[in-house]
Amino acid sequence: MLSAFFAVLRRDLLLAWRGRADVLVTLAFFVIVVCLFPFGVGAEANLLRTIAPGVLWVAALLACLLSLHRLFAQDHADGTLEQLLLSSEPAVLWVTAKVLAFWLTTGLPVVVVAPVLGMLLDLEQGAYPALVISLVLGTPILALLGAVGAALTLGLRGGGMLLALLVLPLFVPVLIFGAGAVEAELSGTGATAHLLLLGGGLAGALALAPWACVAALRVSTE
Amino acid sequence: MSRPDRGPSILRFAAPQNFYPLAGRLAPWFAGAAALLTLAGLWLSFFVAPTDATQGEVYRVIFIHVPAAWMSMFVYLVMAFWSAVGLVMNTRLSFLMSQALAPTGAMFCVVALWTGALWGKPTWGTYWVWDARLTSQALLLFLYLGFIALTRAIEDPRRADRAGAIIALVGAVNVPVIYFSVKWWNTLHQGASVSLTKAPSMATTMLAGMLVMAVAAWAYTLAVVLWRVRSMILERERHTEWVGAELMREALRQGGRA
Repeated sequence: MLSAFFAVLRRDLLLAWRGRADVLVTLAFFVIVVCLFPFGVGAEANLLRTIAPGVLWVAALLACLLSLHRLFAQDHADGTLEQLLLSSEPAVLWVTAKVLAFWLTTGLPVVVVAPVLGMLLDLEQGAYPALVISLVLGTPILALLGAVGAALTLGLRGGGMLLALLVLPLFVPVLIFGAGAVEAELSGTGATAHLLLLGGGLAGALALAPWACVAALRVSTE
Repeated sequence: MSRPDRGPSILRFAAPQNFYPLAGRLAPWFAGAAALLTLAGLWLSFFVAPTDATQGEVYRVIFIHVPAAWMSMFVYLVMAFWSAVGLVMNTRLSFLMSQALAPTGAMFCVVALWTGALWGKPTWGTYWVWDARLTSQALLLFLYLGFIALTRAIEDPRRADRAGAIIALVGAVNVPVIYFSVKWWNTLHQGASVSLTKAPSMATTMLAGMLVMAVAAWAYTLAVVLWRVRSMILERERHTEWVGAELMREALRQGGRA
């Protein structure tokens, strides 16, 4: 059973490696969005330092959102998705594998780059661990929730905007606790409460979202 | 599987062709009740209820605002309920019910936000604050809009039904999470600037006005949703014989009157 999980994971990672430009585009998008803020609000260091947690988190969220359509679109177009759904392997397993591969190729690079961008915004030294941990816990939730939306909007006209409308309201709690963790660390109250809530959210999403995602895929492909 | 027009069970109304005439018979009654209750409620709220000691006349917007806010939340629950029923029992009518409810729920959301803004300007000095209640109401509106957009974007009705049902349920699971996270976020950021919860005890007539208006909103919702479901049934089942016969009968009745 687990062999199916690892087979799909390996395949998706290999596909992502072969088309690594996509991953770089996501990263470039993340960097550019963050770099836009100083132009918009002014380059005053104090202001940038204050808004840094929120800006980094919103940019990470948007980068995740914009790459979500890649999650199932290719497999849907070439028929792999139907074959996977027809196979006797439990669908929840390979869906989780796909989401994990997606997170490894979009979420993880964002997590790695975020501290560098934090320096651009003059984020205080002490906040980096909270930033990285909150992103490590939070971006998988975004991927899991987003997978449900991506499955529902599979192959629809204007799917991108629709996907944004569907999942952005659901992303709000993740944003609140993710950016909140960094801000709490900065204000001295400690990020533990926020990080624990994010961890709880991740456990909940991991338990529920793959099922909803499988149901959505079955609806979209039948 | 029993045939739709057999058996005394109430479940036979799960079949669209049985529900269609029932909805047609019930809707005018609810519409009438809604009109009467609205008149009574408005009379209570504008002429009977006393002026508020602290807020003056402005407070009277709550007679619209509070019922609308209640309905907007309740309608989403009902929508999620019908979606779950549809997914479990595989009944077409349940999906139609949840889709018919969505525009009314979104409308009540807008009314609640709009009247809230109109009340906020004279009372708080601003149309909008990032208060937990306002923010979660706005997010609820986005959930409604997402549901409506998704069901409208999918052409295949079967897929539209099920996709809408899934997103309605996902939204329903997330509503408490969103509500509490927003609440916590708000208290962390700006402290309790304004609180609606510790409202001063209301005069009985105020409460009566609000309750009558709330019942009116219920009746209105029922009437509008039943009418909307009727036209959705006709649209979905337009290729069936019974719709043809129904429309023929309708046309004859119209012709006879003219």
